[in-house]
Amino acid sequence: MADVTFTVDGKKLTAPAGTLLIDACKAVGIEIPAFCYYPGLSLQAACRMCVVRIEKMPKLQTACTTTVAEGMVVQTETDEIKQARKATIELLLGNHPLDCPVCDAGGECELQDMTFKYGAAESKYVEIKQHREEQQWSPVVFFDRPRCILCYRCVRVCGEGMDVWALGIQNRGVSAVIAPNGQDHLECEECGMCIDICPVGALTSGTYRYKTRPWEMTHVATICTHCGDGCKTTLGTRRSNDGMEIVRGDNRDKSGINGDFLCIKGRYAFDFANRTERLTKPLVRQADGQFKEASWSEAIDFAAKRLREIRESKGGQAIGVIGSNRTTNEENYLLQKFARTVLGTNNIDHHRTVDYVSFAAALAGKSERTASLRDTANAPAILLLGNDPTEQHPALAWNLRSNVRLNRARIYIANHAEIKLRRQAKQFLEIPKDGYASLVQYLAGNDSVVAANEQTAAFRDAIRKEESLLIIFGSEFRGRDIQALVEFGLSLPNTKFVLLGDYANSRGAADMGLLPDTLPGYVPVASAAHFADEYGAVLPQNAGLDLLQMFDAAQSGNLAALYVVGSNPVTRYGVDPAVLKNTFVIVQDMFLTETAQLADVVFPAANLYEKAGTVTNTYGDIQLVKKAADKAGVRSDFELIVRLADRMGADLKKLVPFGRGVRADMGQTRGAQSGEADRHSVWLAAHGLEPKLSPFDPFATLDEIQRLVPSYSFSRLELLAGSDQHAKSELVQISAAPARRDLVLPSQDTLFTSGTLGRYSDKLKEVLDSHTTPKPVEAAAD
Amino acid sequence: MPRLVSHPDEVKIISRRFGQGAENLDKYLELDGYKATQLALEKGADWIIAEMKASGLRGRGGAGFPTGMKWSFVPKQSDRPKYVLVNGDESEPGTCKDHLIFLHDPHAVIEGTIIAGLAIGAKMGFIYLRGEYRYLLKIMEKAVADAYARGFLGKNIFGSGVDFDVVTQTGAGAYEVGEESALMESLEGKRGVPRIKPPFPAVVGLYGGPTVINNAETIATVPHILLMGGEPYAKIGSERNGGTRLFGISGHVERPGVYELPMGYNLKKAIYEVAGGVRGGRGLKAVVPGGSSTPVLRPEEIDVGLDFDQMGKAGTMLGSGGIVVIDDQTCIVEFALRTIAFYQHESCGWCIPCREGTDWLKKTIGRVHAGGGVDKDLDNIRYLAENMMGRTFCPLGDAAAMPTLGFIKKFRSEFEDHLNGKPCPYARHEELVGA
Amino acid sequence: MSTPATTIFSPETAARFDRLVTLYPVRRSALIPMLLYAQDEVGYISDEVVKEVAQRIGITELDVRNVLSYYSMLRTKPAGKYNIQVCTNISCMLRGGYEILEHCKQRLGIGHKEVTPDGQFSLEEVECIGACCWAPAIQVNYDFYDELTPEKMDAVLEEYKTGRGKETR
Ligand SMILES: Cc1cc2nc3c(=O)[nH]c(=O)nc-3n(C[C@H](O)[C@H](O)[C@H](O)COP(=O)(O)O)c2cc1C
Ligand code: SF4
Ligand code: FES
Repeated sequence: MADVTFTVDGKKLTAPAGTLLIDACKAVGIEIPAFCYYPGLSLQAACRMCVVRIEKMPKLQTACTTTVAEGMVVQTETDEIKQARKATIELLLGNHPLDCPVCDAGGECELQDMTFKYGAAESKYVEIKQHREEQQWSPVVFFDRPRCILCYRCVRVCGEGMDVWALGIQNRGVSAVIAPNGQDHLECEECGMCIDICPVGALTSGTYRYKTRPWEMTHVATICTHCGDGCKTTLGTRRSNDGMEIVRGDNRDKSGINGDFLCIKGRYAFDFANRTERLTKPLVRQADGQFKEASWSEAIDFAAKRLREIRESKGGQAIGVIGSNRTTNEENYLLQKFARTVLGTNNIDHHRTVDYVSFAAALAGKSERTASLRDTANAPAILLLGNDPTEQHPALAWNLRSNVRLNRARIYIANHAEIKLRRQAKQFLEIPKDGYASLVQYLAGNDSVVAANEQTAAFRDAIRKEESLLIIFGSEFRGRDIQALVEFGLSLPNTKFVLLGDYANSRGAADMGLLPDTLPGYVPVASAAHFADEYGAVLPQNAGLDLLQMFDAAQSGNLAALYVVGSNPVTRYGVDPAVLKNTFVIVQDMFLTETAQLADVVFPAANLYEKAGTVTNTYGDIQLVKKAADKAGVRSDFELIVRLADRMGADLKKLVPFGRGVRADMGQTRGAQSGEADRHSVWLAAHGLEPKLSPFDPFATLDEIQRLVPSYSFSRLELLAGSDQHAKSELVQISAAPARRDLVLPSQDTLFTSGTLGRYSDKLKEVLDSHTTPKPVEAAAD
Repeated sequence: MPRLVSHPDEVKIISRRFGQGAENLDKYLELDGYKATQLALEKGADWIIAEMKASGLRGRGGAGFPTGMKWSFVPKQSDRPKYVLVNGDESEPGTCKDHLIFLHDPHAVIEGTIIAGLAIGAKMGFIYLRGEYRYLLKIMEKAVADAYARGFLGKNIFGSGVDFDVVTQTGAGAYEVGEESALMESLEGKRGVPRIKPPFPAVVGLYGGPTVINNAETIATVPHILLMGGEPYAKIGSERNGGTRLFGISGHVERPGVYELPMGYNLKKAIYEVAGGVRGGRGLKAVVPGGSSTPVLRPEEIDVGLDFDQMGKAGTMLGSGGIVVIDDQTCIVEFALRTIAFYQHESCGWCIPCREGTDWLKKTIGRVHAGGGVDKDLDNIRYLAENMMGRTFCPLGDAAAMPTLGFIKKFRSEFEDHLNGKPCPYARHEELVGA
Repeated sequence: MSTPATTIFSPETAARFDRLVTLYPVRRSALIPMLLYAQDEVGYISDEVVKEVAQRIGITELDVRNVLSYYSMLRTKPAGKYNIQVCTNISCMLRGGYEILEHCKQRLGIGHKEVTPDGQFSLEEVECIGACCWAPAIQVNYDFYDELTPEKMDAVLEEYKTGRGKETR
């Protein structure tokens, strides 16, 4: 809309006509207080805090509902306005507990902040305050009614934002109260958005409440370790007996790729890290078949010695490596480099939840054809084929819903199930489970493949009319089907694509070459020349064994060693334990998983919240992972690989190019004063930088990744500043897609599960149990 | 059955058919029924609006907005269907006039609805009655059915080629639902919480379509205006206040009842002559002139004309025309408490100043009344009420604050007596909390 | 959003509901009348009523509860067969509304929102019922009685006690 000019507190301002006054003011740093206003949610004008004086208007007006107009003259902080706000706060405090020191929101409470600002020194209220017991509405949501100021943010975020509508308002007047849909409990997606959005301490988190105070925590913004959306989660940590313990996950600063959103897993499912069963000492299997705790150097020496023996006696092809969907890009990259240069094998794979290789091949050389998670919130038209984002990509589901609600985006969905997002769909097509490939052919113009009817025809017509389409598809598409879908998409004017894979770094695992036939950046193993140059090593030229072939080889006695990093293939692929009887198995993990139980050596590993590096979400958005927590006794996978390589006699300078091309000035150039070096490292740490003088420095490896993987040639500065960077599909060096064996095994996770890791989260388990065994409904209160 | 009253000073226009069996359609037709509708069909929208403007009719729901002007705000073109909504929620304490209209002249409401529809280009009207009026709803339902049976409603009404439907609707106990936007919410099956304005109902109303909302009395007056002509109607009333209106006189008078008096009629005369004066020859203490939300008048202030402008000048409001007369044996603190208790009970709870303010006021005045007040209470009452005024989401907050300010300003000494432990000379109830 | 296969309501009420939802541009407009009629039949808004009404309209049970808890005539607990609603608002108060309320309390032996042990009567103090000029006024269920005195009130109670009272539904 056209710009208008208006005056606020004597300042001339311009903003597009139709902008809300409160937003226009905020944009120039004039903060108008509000409890009920929340950007992106429907307007309420209920709290009356945002009142301002507008010339020619008889009464004070609410800035949250007033749109700016040409020539409007506004005052936002006169005595009259201050008095109005003060009175409103006094009214609220009349019935509000004044026990801020013990309130869970103390220090993070908007009511507290407003009281501080506008003052309510003298208590005019002498009546006894209403007291009501706190209620537990779900394993993760508690409600403290007297603290509620009825801003309706929770009701709106749950309804409008989540499309769950689990919160309502009951009774009226002073008896009005926020009520859950199950009368005394919530039946919902447990996202906890209501808690984050609550300006006071009325809704509190079942995991965090009364554990600590906000100012006693360290807050670290990092990336969630669960699904492939890669949301930013801010972890609140505090010192514990054996390190730094995570006590809270939230999203209050909204600075991440996920904007306002965080799901149950990002918010609460960090608790696996605090489990008592976590491994903290290496285990080595003894002659009697039992595990015995060992020191780090004993265990590493033992494992390295065996690996070296096997490499030397049987060659690299007798060793297999299985990587992880949740380790960092640097770790994944290092693992494949270790496999190829130190172990000398291409037998490397990971649990593939989706076919990224075919996707990369289909898009190779095409620029600007992949969409970031952010794009899903703005794209004018979206075609969603397969997958159920509500369960498997909650942030994507949020973006799609918001996009429809706020931008009237058109969403077309074809699915074999009646997924929840169909409620936002402009058109929804139910198709057979095996009907995706034919649907694409039909969309591309082949009428003979489906029994078309009016609905399918309208679906196709609408899609083909779109001038800018975002095609999002799931693991239903593999190999040639992906090729066909991309070809169809490219026949439309302006199409972008997203392939939905399952875990925090599934995409990174594929991008970084945890595959038997491709190197990082999908470079075929046969054309590895520039890698060989950089590595200064000879690389195996033939494709290695894939994950299933490795187990076949083990069974037939041809796999002497298997090195598993952060993965549980035994359960995932239903491997018969007997298969590994004669294979030397090394496992790095947090827990004694079914795979670890079969190992000869087990190393206790750190998780994604306990290390630094980068991860790539399924959209190709690369984000910085920061170390938030710490657990005595565990090591990062990066460190473990490096130490193993060292004990195997590898040249560490070659494996991790540390100290190379780096101007890590420790103060020496200026003739350091005593202590200067320390201060310098403090500065580096504060800026998320690390002195690159250590073989354990993942950023040294990132340097190498950026040299060798052109699609990862993003701005380091931006990354370190916390922005997400999008991988460039046009720089992928893969050519045609050779026919590959279909090894895709979708995780089938829901909102409340997260592979093997999820099983170690007490919170997820509690929520899952509460959802599978419904509580009997008791009679309505009052 | 509510008693009908009569007084020579009355000018019976709206109440013309009261007590004559006009709920029967044939009888209604005998009494000029549906003539106005046919005239309106013949003459068209512009003529209707011109007559309405000329009549000087101002809304009888309370705010007194000129009806013809309100209708003319509805855009001619609209993508969405337009609607007429008749406000028969009648819940303002002291007000019981629409009650009589539904009881005695249901077809006049239907006629007015059709005519309003013709004026704005609506094809559907809703008549919303408060839930307590079940017996009146039945009367309205029968009248609507009879009108359909005769072809006065439905397809091609009066053979004119115009379609018009009327649906009756009921609330379920909520004063706030009388507020026009809350009324629309309620009719849409929701909580009676008002809507953000703008947009105003004339542009975005029921089901998102342009909507005219009028009080039942306003609507029932419309056919009479068309039959007698706008200008002659205007002449009956006072300046800028056309015609007559139903005044309910209740409380301590000899002959309480609903009287139809010309706009501008003197309040004192209405009490002393029309309603027979204060009951039992007692003295007058106070008058609440237009329903419970209008500020109270002292006896020396009641020599004033009953129209929107004169009452405004007198520092109060004409409101819904419910005149409540209070004799000198009444405790004003108790009266104030009963008044605020009502608003506390009826606040929808949406916005902070009204939700918390009414509750706090009720508690404080209750304490003062019960003899447990503290010195600063009176200032607090004023502070609270002043800080509610003009700050709430809808006018209910004002409706609660205004009378409170009036009582405390005009009868402060009585409040002080309660504070100073003087036993209330009129005390009847140890505890008074309201429903 | 459908007519349920089995209904908890009488055939007449069910038929009325079937029609009610068709009267308006949106089904939901039928909600409040439906709840009132359901209450008239069942005596209060039970969980079953909430469930069926939600289904008929095509909204959640939470939506129904949000709405029903707003309106003071709708109740979620049974009242007496005859619910005596005494207005004590200003006009009635001035003409003896509280005396009538007090009288009813004495006669029935119950207080505000209570029910007699035999389930015949319940008592409620209510806000203005639109009968101010004929005060003091009460409603027994939907029937109005006005210009009351304690004696007249006794007569009204007697009528209902002996089963001769009017019953508007
Ligand atoms: C709290 C509140 C309650 C109201 N109650 C009623 C009512 O019961 N009946 C009514 O006609 N108008 C009522 N009104 C006024 C309506 O909002 C609206 O102004 C009126 O129906 C318009 O009709 P009119 O122009 O014919 O007066 C109320 C207003 C407020 C703020
Ligand atoms: S003033 Fe506020 S709380 Fe009161 S009735 Fe209006 S919107 Fe509801
Ligand atoms: S005050 Fe009792 S009916 Fe109005």
